[in-house]
Amino acid sequence: MLREDFEKLRWRCVRRGLLEVDISLTRFLDEQFEGLTDEEQLAFVELADMEDYDVWHLISGQAECTDPRISSIVAMLRKS
Amino acid sequence: MSIPILKFDAVIVGAGGAGLRSAIQLSEAGLKTAVLSKVFPTRSHTVAAQGGVAASLGNSEEDHWHWHMYDTVKGSDWLGDQDAIEFMCKKANEVVVELEHYGMPFDRTDNGKIYQRPFGGHMSNFGEKPVRRSCAAADRTGHAMLHAMYQRNVKANTQFFVEWMALDLIRDSEGHVLGVTAMEMETGQIVIFHARATIFATGGAGRIYYSSTNAFINTGDGLGMAARAGIPLEDMEFWQFHPTGVAGAGVLITEGVRGEGGILRNSSKERFMERYAPNAKDLASRDVVSRAMATEIKEGRGCGVNKDYVLLDVTHLDPATIMKRLPGIREIGIQFAGVDCIKEPLPVVPTCHYQMGGIPTHYSGRVVMPQGGDMSAVVPGFYAGGECACASVHGANRLGTNSLLDLLVFGKSAGDSAVEDLKGGRAHRDLPKDAGDLALERISAIDNRKGGASVAETRLAMQRTMQDHAGVFRFGDMLKQGVTKILEVEKAARQMEIKDKSKVWNTARIEALETENLIEVAKATMISAEARKESRGAHVRDDAPDTAEFPNGRNDAEWLKHTLYFPQDNKIMYKPVNMQPLTVEAIELKTRSY
Repeated sequence: MLREDFEKLRWRCVRRGLLEVDISLTRFLDEQFEGLTDEEQLAFVELADMEDYDVWHLISGQAECTDPRISSIVAMLRKS
Repeated sequence: MSIPILKFDAVIVGAGGAGLRSAIQLSEAGLKTAVLSKVFPTRSHTVAAQGGVAASLGNSEEDHWHWHMYDTVKGSDWLGDQDAIEFMCKKANEVVVELEHYGMPFDRTDNGKIYQRPFGGHMSNFGEKPVRRSCAAADRTGHAMLHAMYQRNVKANTQFFVEWMALDLIRDSEGHVLGVTAMEMETGQIVIFHARATIFATGGAGRIYYSSTNAFINTGDGLGMAARAGIPLEDMEFWQFHPTGVAGAGVLITEGVRGEGGILRNSSKERFMERYAPNAKDLASRDVVSRAMATEIKEGRGCGVNKDYVLLDVTHLDPATIMKRLPGIREIGIQFAGVDCIKEPLPVVPTCHYQMGGIPTHYSGRVVMPQGGDMSAVVPGFYAGGECACASVHGANRLGTNSLLDLLVFGKSAGDSAVEDLKGGRAHRDLPKDAGDLALERISAIDNRKGGASVAETRLAMQRTMQDHAGVFRFGDMLKQGVTKILEVEKAARQMEIKDKSKVWNTARIEALETENLIEVAKATMISAEARKESRGAHVRDDAPDTAEFPNGRNDAEWLKHTLYFPQDNKIMYKPVNMQPLTVEAIELKTRSY
């Protein structure tokens, strides 16, 4: 991923409406994003593009995602 | 260096609830309106508000704006201005019904009216018994509100500048506000937004504290810009805290955990609330619990390496009860404390939640400050609403569900006042020759410094200082030391260094700029808190205790007044509280008790 694209993604993870989502996405981005495959990185970008409550309900197990690519990222996020 | 100039009738900084509400008034009046936001509008921190918005609609039982006014004055511990509070409570029904017309999906009663539920501090008949006054949209009230108002703005042709950061206010030699300088994050380009009206709706600055429920975006940008432009900040010593945020993360642990039997313990595993509240114990009121926690930590009985938190223990409860009655709590512990609360206690600390003070405004949304003999002279061309502003309706303590009401009423009122002021044909005033210089100098300084502390280190030093010295329970000696320390942090921040010098998408530079804003707010808070030698509302001092002469430590003879902090020389002035409502009798001073 190009530096500009990564920094843009970082901003969209670190400045959310909900603190829970700020912390979860930023931590994952800093600690695990680099080791993901291109396809997994794309799935993370899609997850980060979702509404705050939708992201948090997935991470906290209060909702389930039907897209297996995003589900697998959520599973990694919950373990991070 | 010449800076590109974009001309608008009005520029609004911030696209949360207050900014969007203002923009509707301006755009629908046909004015060319720009809204600048660091994030996409529906990702503003307003999204986190779940409780609802207060309005005395009386859909479920009898209610009246005058009762709501009484509750708000009492909640504010009599520091709220009674003219502004009457204005807000009277306007509540109107702004809620308007929101309904914008498409807000409020919960409904069986007969189709807006459903209302009770909320702490809201009573009928002047404090007699709880009343159902809060209007909500499930647990997503703030979220639904942002979506409804954003759509309305799109329809009204409001121009959004998303992922832009406002840098500094532009004022001319006569003190008129002429717009802002701002930076587009994607390009690093700096632009002047030259406007006939400038409205700040930038939210709070809860990130000045180490433990805060506020999202990372709440960096007090509007307050920092106002302070650098010579505008004082009002009542900044008043911050609302929640007793149980996850230590180190700030994420809220609901009071329901103690309701289900959760116990607070110190480093010796002692159930310390038995000493502070022998009857209610862990179920004592928020302020009592917070003060007890702060005292345990101050006296060295906190837990962890730094002895800076206490424990919330639910390990004695049946795991099935935890899972059933407290959904999400186990996950919060695992995600943000690395603790499974079924097996180990959760580390918790009193956590900053809401800023009562801010940029001083009249209830019309116009920014005011002392000039000549007038303590509240209008700053021409400048308006503010929402958490960044101080009207003042929350005084020393905000009532739940009045925050969403504040941003609707004063967002709208700021917009209406700007429309009214511009109707007279007020032209764009000429920009001063040095417009934009301050922002350029600040950016150049950040880019060129070498050898200073990092942004993260500087911010941590500020947050630790605020948490330790001006937290939920305050001590005279700690506040005095805190003033010295925060001024040292400010000095160190002038040397703050970033490694990334790129022009585009330089998030390190943006975070450095945000930190400069936070430090303005932190200084205002510490200096204002040290100066106020009484306890009132959320400002509670160990050396101003509850006595027969001063119930709750409140001293009206000396301290029934608003603080105004002037950033240029760190000086304080005071102005009287407005005790004269618009149409009704004043609500007389009483001891605040529930």
